[in-house]
Order: sequence, then C-alpha cells, then structure tokens
Amino acid sequence: MDGFFSTTLGLMTIMAAQSLLVIGFVMVSLLFLVYGDRKIWAAVMMRRGPNVVGIFGLLQTVADALKYIVKEVVIPAGADRPVFLLAPMTSFVLAVIAWAVIPFNDTWVLADINVAILYVFAMSSLEVYGVIMGGWASNSKYPFLGSLRSAAQMISYEVSIGLIIIGVVISTGSLNFGAIVNAQDTGWGLFGWYWLPHFPMVFLFFISALAETNRPPFDLPEAESELVAGYQVEYSSTPFLLFMAGEYIAIFLMCALITLLFFGGWLSPIPFIPDSPLWMIAKMAFFFFLFAMVKAIVPRYRYDQLMRLGWKVFLPFSLAWVVLVAFAAKFELFGGAYARWAIGV
Amino acid sequence: MTVADFTFYLFSVVLLAGGLMTVMARNPVHSVLWLILSFLSGAGLFVLIGAEFVAMLLIIVYVGAVAVLFLFVVMMLDIDFAELKAEMSKYMPLAGLIGVVLLMQLGLAFGTWEFSQGIDARLGNPTPPLDQAHNTQALGLILYDRYFLVFQLSGLILLVAMIGAIVLTLRHRADVKRQDVIAQMMRDPKTAMELKDVKPGQGL
Repeated sequence: MDGFFSTTLGLMTIMAAQSLLVIGFVMVSLLFLVYGDRKIWAAVMMRRGPNVVGIFGLLQTVADALKYIVKEVVIPAGADRPVFLLAPMTSFVLAVIAWAVIPFNDTWVLADINVAILYVFAMSSLEVYGVIMGGWASNSKYPFLGSLRSAAQMISYEVSIGLIIIGVVISTGSLNFGAIVNAQDTGWGLFGWYWLPHFPMVFLFFISALAETNRPPFDLPEAESELVAGYQVEYSSTPFLLFMAGEYIAIFLMCALITLLFFGGWLSPIPFIPDSPLWMIAKMAFFFFLFAMVKAIVPRYRYDQLMRLGWKVFLPFSLAWVVLVAFAAKFELFGGAYARWAIGV
Repeated sequence: MTVADFTFYLFSVVLLAGGLMTVMARNPVHSVLWLILSFLSGAGLFVLIGAEFVAMLLIIVYVGAVAVLFLFVVMMLDIDFAELKAEMSKYMPLAGLIGVVLLMQLGLAFGTWEFSQGIDARLGNPTPPLDQAHNTQALGLILYDRYFLVFQLSGLILLVAMIGAIVLTLRHRADVKRQDVIAQMMRDPKTAMELKDVKPGQGL
C-alpha cells in the first residue's frame, strides 16, 4: 500500500481525495450558510424564517436545491446557448477552485504555493466573467444592464482589495497564507493579529468584500427594484442554482480571507488555549454572521454613491495606507508591528 | 509521458486553439472569450516553467482587467462584421505594404543589433537561484532595486498616456443633472421640506 501512494497514480488519488474533502466541506457549509442567512435575515425582520423541512427547517436548503435541479431549464430563444450555459458554470467553478489554497491549519492545505494570495485574488477577479457572460448571453435589456454594473463595480473594488492585501503582504514579507498567519502568532493572542496594526483596513476590506461579492448593500447588479433580478433574470433551474451557489461560496471565501489576513486564521485568541482549525471555522462563521446582518440592516446604495465610495474614498485611503505601512515596515517602527519579518516572528 | 509533459501539451494545444478561434470566430464576443482562454492557458504554461508570479499577474492584469474592458467595448458596439470585412479588403494592398515595411524595419534593427560587454553572464543568471530567493522576490529585486529608474520612467509614460486620454475625453456637460453627495448629506428637514397646514375645502 505504501508503494502505491508514492507512484504518480497514487499521488493523484490522494490529491483527488483531498480535493473532494475540501469541496465537501465547502458544499456542506454552503447548505447551512444559505439556511443561516435566511434565518438571521428573518430574525432581524421578526419573522420565523424557514422552519418546516427537517428539524428547525435545517433541510430547507437541500429541498430548495433538489427543487432547482428537477425543474426544466428554460433557455430564451434569442440567447447565445453555449455562453448562456457557460456563465453559471464559470461562476460556480471559479468560486470553488479558489479554495485550493485556503489553509485550515499549519499543514491542512491543498496547494501550499508561494503566491497563494495572488491566486485567490486572481480567481475572485475572474468571477466577474460569470456575470458578464450571463448578462450578455441572455440577450435581454435588464440582464445586460445588470452585468455592466457588476463588471464596473467588481473592477472598482478589486483595486482597493488589492491595495489592502499589499499592506498585509508588506508586513509579512510573503504571499503565502501559512506565512501570513504564522506572522500573526506573536504570543500576545488576539492582540498580535493584524487587525490591530491594520485597524482601519479591516473595515475597508469588509466593505470591499461586500461590493466584490455583489452582496447587499451593494447588490446593484440584481437590484430588484430597478432591474428585476439583474443578470439572473433569464436563468432558471440548475443554471440559477449554480449562480446562487457560486455567489455564496464567494462570500464564504471572503470570510476565510478576512480571517486569514486580519484575524489570525487558526490561531487561538487567548495564548494558553491551543490553536485549532475549529478557531478558523468559528471565525469564518462569525464573519458570515456579520455579512448576513449587513444584508438585513443596511439599505441599498445608489450606483453613483457606490462608484464614488470605491474610487474617491477607498482607493486614496488604501493607497495612503500602503505608503504608511511601507514606511513603518522599512524603519521597523512600533516595535516591528508592521515588519514581522524583521522581528523574527 | 509524465504529468508535466501531459499538462504542457494540454495547455499548448488549448492556447493555440484559443488563439486560432480568436481570429476565426464570427461573433466578436466569442473572440474575446477565446482570447481569455488563451490567456489562461498561457498562465498555465508560466506555472509549468516555475514562473508562478508572472502567471498570476497575467491572470489578474490581462484576464481580470484588460479583457473585461475588451469585452465591455465589444459588447456595447454594434458592429456588422460582414460590412467591416468588405471595407477591409479595399485597403488590403496598403495594409500589406505597411506590413512589409514594418518587417524590413525590424529586420534592419535586429540585423545590426550589438550586445554590450558581459551580456552572457547576465543573460545566464538574470535572477538569483531559486533556493536563495523565490521568483517574486527576485523580480522585486530586479524591478525595484537594479532597474529602479527605468521602471519608474515606464510608469511615468503610462501616467502621461492616462492623463492624455482623460484630457481628451473629459467634457463638462451643462445639460446633465449631477449628484452632489456632500450637498445631499448636508440637507436637513428644515431646509428640505416645508409643512403647510391645509384647511379643509380651501386648498393651498
């Protein structure tokens, strides 16, 4: 048995099994995230939310998914068929493959590559294609308007997300997630994590993540009061399910990113409690809770406000922050809080 | 055939097919999508030769930003390609002539190309070996340390191009209603609305 797992075929089997494990984790969490999202949303509005299928309505998402799958796929007559069907697949696949580099513990990662954070950034910047292709291929006005909005919005907020990430990368001296998390392990528990030195950027990243994933209050691509449902108007059945699943997986990925970049990943907040992947999952769940609360509480932005916020507020602020961090890192100010590579953490 | 060989041939074939389809596709949006496929396979090839940083930049910059703009422009334009092709064939001789002239110029330029002293050593070791610095670090050292001035100058050229494009296209139109966010935030109920006490049967 030992011999088999060192051959090429054996290694590929191991890789496939590990990938399935991660995908399984993501899919199972997806089921409960959608449920949790609806439950939180309902609680804020003083409704009950899903409570019929399964205990406490826990199986509601499963029932919904099954319903989507067994329905007929309707493709508009004027649609560009291949691109129309390619769009939801792109959206879903890109959201899933970004998880390949997300670590859950020191060694629990599928692909431990040097440029992991760039990889995630690249995959999340590709996600815009699902929306653009879907909007264009539907051959209809509202989807097209929705996809144009979405493209402009995602590109705008990617810029500030990129700059915020650069600040963290300068402090760490590496693009690898493992290195970024270990650099936050200073022995001070949660006060060693990057949220403290990079304090304002946590908020900027969170808000940019909302915009990047087309989440309320920035869900202008599908603003139902203006565009019916934006780029999803013509989609039904499984293609729609793929779009929706892709969206939720992207949101969950953003929760993982905030956790890894600013909140110490799998590190425990109190020094004498051991680090564990459970911390990572708990933190991700907490940030998803915040995403859900924002969706329930905050009203939708107007499009010009969104663009103004992205280009005139976030971009200059995050750019100035990169310069400040670079300065503080170069001269190792504040006891090397911005230059973890220099103080040997 | 090892896995690396197999992926190399896979990416190469997809790259070439994507490039070919970019030119052949009738629909311009399909062309851009094929172009994106070629970019992605190009990034795959970069990863195979161990240049993972360049691969990621190719995806982020070209696929994530430049190709989106292409797609934007192509989707918004209503181009009749048959007409455009008919128009194009009229200028074929001129285009051919320009092509030949450019080719000759390139030939002249590279025919008389001379290399500086010690180029072999520099070409042989453009970056420190991988066990000393991985390629993100090596690229950073080259761009921001050794060729700092050249890098900044090329940045300035891009800045000039950007300012030029903005200056050429910026028009302040008087007939458009603009949103002034500061003014909107400064409004309060006192100035924004007026309460009238309407008596029954009288109106305002």
